[in-house]
Amino acid sequence: MSTGTVPKPIAGTSSFLDDRLGAGNFMRRNLRKVFPDHWSFLLGEIALYSFIVLLLTGTFLTFFFKPSMEHVIYEGSYAPLQGIGMSAAYASTLEISFDVRGGLLMRQMHHWAALLFVAGMMVHMLRVFFTGAYRKPRELNWLIGVGLLTLALLEGLTGYSLPDDLLSGAGLRITEGVAISLPLVGTWITFFLFGGEYPGEDVISRFYSLHILLIPGILLGLISAHMILMWVQKHTQMPGKGRTNKNVVGAPFYPAFMAKAGAYFMFTFGVIALLGTFAQINPIWLFGPYTPADISAGSQPDFYMGFLEGALRLMPSWEVNLFGQGGGTLPLSVLIPALVPMGIIMTGLAVYPFAERWITGDNREHHVVDRPRNNPHRTAIGISAMTFYGVLWLLGANDELSWVLHVSLNWTTYVGRVLVFVAPVIAYVVTYRICLGLQRKDAAIIGHGVESGVIKRLPHGEYIEVHVPPAQDIEAHMRGKEAVPTLPGAGNGSDGVPPKALRGPIGRLRAKMSAAYGGEKIPLDDGHGDGHGHDDHAAVGAGGDDKPAVH
Amino acid sequence: MTDNNHDIEQPGERVPKRVIGTPSHAATGTPLLGAEERTGPAEVPGVDLQDEATAKKGERIAAFCFLLTFLAGIAFIVSYVAFQVGDLDSAATSNLALGSSLTVALLALASGIVVWVRMVMPKYKLVQERHEMASDGETRAYVGETFLQGAAESGITKRPLLRRTLLAAAAPLGLAPLVLLKDLGPHEYADFPKKLRHTVWGEKTKEGKQRRLVVEGTGAPIRAADFNSPGGILSVVPEGYEHDLNELAKSTLILIKFRPEELKSGTNRNWAPDGIVAYSKICTHVGCPAALYEQTTHHILCPCHQSTFDAADGAKVVFGPAARPLPQLPIAVDGEGYLVATADFPVPPGPSFWERGDAEAEAREKGGQS
Repeated sequence: MSTGTVPKPIAGTSSFLDDRLGAGNFMRRNLRKVFPDHWSFLLGEIALYSFIVLLLTGTFLTFFFKPSMEHVIYEGSYAPLQGIGMSAAYASTLEISFDVRGGLLMRQMHHWAALLFVAGMMVHMLRVFFTGAYRKPRELNWLIGVGLLTLALLEGLTGYSLPDDLLSGAGLRITEGVAISLPLVGTWITFFLFGGEYPGEDVISRFYSLHILLIPGILLGLISAHMILMWVQKHTQMPGKGRTNKNVVGAPFYPAFMAKAGAYFMFTFGVIALLGTFAQINPIWLFGPYTPADISAGSQPDFYMGFLEGALRLMPSWEVNLFGQGGGTLPLSVLIPALVPMGIIMTGLAVYPFAERWITGDNREHHVVDRPRNNPHRTAIGISAMTFYGVLWLLGANDELSWVLHVSLNWTTYVGRVLVFVAPVIAYVVTYRICLGLQRKDAAIIGHGVESGVIKRLPHGEYIEVHVPPAQDIEAHMRGKEAVPTLPGAGNGSDGVPPKALRGPIGRLRAKMSAAYGGEKIPLDDGHGDGHGHDDHAAVGAGGDDKPAVH
Repeated sequence: MTDNNHDIEQPGERVPKRVIGTPSHAATGTPLLGAEERTGPAEVPGVDLQDEATAKKGERIAAFCFLLTFLAGIAFIVSYVAFQVGDLDSAATSNLALGSSLTVALLALASGIVVWVRMVMPKYKLVQERHEMASDGETRAYVGETFLQGAAESGITKRPLLRRTLLAAAAPLGLAPLVLLKDLGPHEYADFPKKLRHTVWGEKTKEGKQRRLVVEGTGAPIRAADFNSPGGILSVVPEGYEHDLNELAKSTLILIKFRPEELKSGTNRNWAPDGIVAYSKICTHVGCPAALYEQTTHHILCPCHQSTFDAADGAKVVFGPAARPLPQLPIAVDGEGYLVATADFPVPPGPSFWERGDAEAEAREKGGQS
């Protein structure tokens, strides 16, 4: 397995580059850069590779798509629509689907890649949230991520509107209805967006330049920044044997990580190709050209817009007229669902790292991530937010729900109106309890060992199961637990005068939140004995210092 | 960050070949990736070499996968040539051939690389140090000083004239791109709300007659006597504007015929010749066409967000997020027996907008529909 000499062409090229760029120093530092391994670290890569597939397939589509609302009579090869008037955009989309070899494949792959792009970002973000990987020094990268998600939604919305079929037009109409509802500026914004009255003849070419130039340009810039920051700050790692806040344990960039990343790109690309081949998506030829006079029942947006759709459906019919006649109309039944859920989720995501730092007073760098159970309040907040989103998302398809489940459509809405407030609270409580339960389980394993399956009879006749210490790596993984920090002086037991920052109403609130959010709920080591397996396997009590009962 | 154990260039002396297990040697004083002879992977802690049997097996599997990719790639190119498109069936065949060969090529390539990494490459557990992101105090102090020094040298701090005129210079230039966007919209700002209120139903035709209601799609005018199936619903557009999308976005109607006793107080009977009522089809929520109708309950339903309107009672909202009834259009029967509009909608149709104000109250004052 001798490697022999570096082949001459490579040696020559590398010397040429090093003479001019000094690339050697960079390579020296980075060729063997270590990347930690965990399945959950791959989720963000799905989004990254989907983005590359989007750029590739999208470029192909631009060669054939005509972003024009000019009225044409269709004379392509799809017989059912021949002789029908439509926009050039729709006609060219039909042409891509039926008269360009590989066109249908590229179109379907583009749409699937878009769904995977957003879905990949979402699960990646959840991973980062639940493991606390957004903590110092990674807050800025987290903010970039929030920006990327927002832009991706906008990118999806503009792309969805381009084919100008009946379904995409329905989405566009709802966009217009929301834009025009904005107080004071709504009418102006709408007329500027559409170049006049809806739908006008400009919106598709305008959305086109947003969709293929402006937004992807910003996305590309932000994704590059995201990658560079990740590279410079080095990836976080899961707690485990030999892993600390001061090191990185894993595989080197060259050759292992590089090859794995390449393979993963190919997997993502391959799965998108598979979906594009076998799973039909957005068969625009069935919908017909857009006209504002028609719609088909069961119209659904792409999944990532579902929560906005659900919010619009849930809302009661509130509208107020301000300042009497000649005053302004405030269509709350549009404004609230269009702005509030999105606002809560995006703002919540953006401020969370800073709010957590403020509450815990934790200003240290974190490179070893938390297991979700070990910060129960954070995990509960996350699940609660997911439930809020999930209820809205489900209600975005309440017509399908009522159809499939044979329940009254109106009742799905009534139930949804209650659930959107109640379900997040239930989710919070349940998650919090589950986290504590899992912490108790960890403490039991550390304190008592794992069940070995060996039953032993004691001299006095009692049978016990022998417990053995857990495997080293599992124990190290569990012992990576760290108490959630609290502000100094915020603890319940602290006596004396609170620090200056914690006086006053806001300071007291902060101290209370800190005491509730932080602290060690279930200590791992509870003053247990030798852990030789002779003691009981009762759960460790919630109290920190009470002795475990021995039967 | 000199924290890795296997730098490219390591001082040492030149050695010809190396047996696995012996310590590594490397060339000295070479150019980057220099042409010196190198030894194999080093026995380094954290690099766990695969045994040869596994590696050999991995090599064979990976090679099989790469071969598969090669064949699938050829199949893709062949499919492109072999399968023409031009109708639904041939497009489906072409899609299947191109897509499945591409899928196989990509997935086989991915699998091959994974096998290569897992069975041929060593198992790694390398450790590198991390360093605090923050620079040390000395560096920070140096940067701070240099910043101040540079600012002082540039004169920006002690020459307010320079500073202020520079700021003044930047402001209009920064605004310029925004100004350029102004022509995105039409020029008559004051007319925007007026345009939203107005539809062609309020205009006479070129011949000076009242505008007829025509069936969407066929463009046929509607004879009141022929539209006599109670419970029927018809999508209707203005004569002469059958393909004007801007107009259709405001003016499209649904036409429903009632028996006189079915109509409730919300519906204006003066505008319902022979029990035929015309409501705007454009939902007052966000503008989807409210296209669904349930005969037994007389409910009009918008499929987008399920706003439900009672057609027998002035299309008032009975469920869902829409806040206002669908406006009723004043219609009548002309001399030839066809349905015509006698005036525009009493209130603006479609989604709410700020300048709409309390249009219902205005309409009431004028004595129109409540």
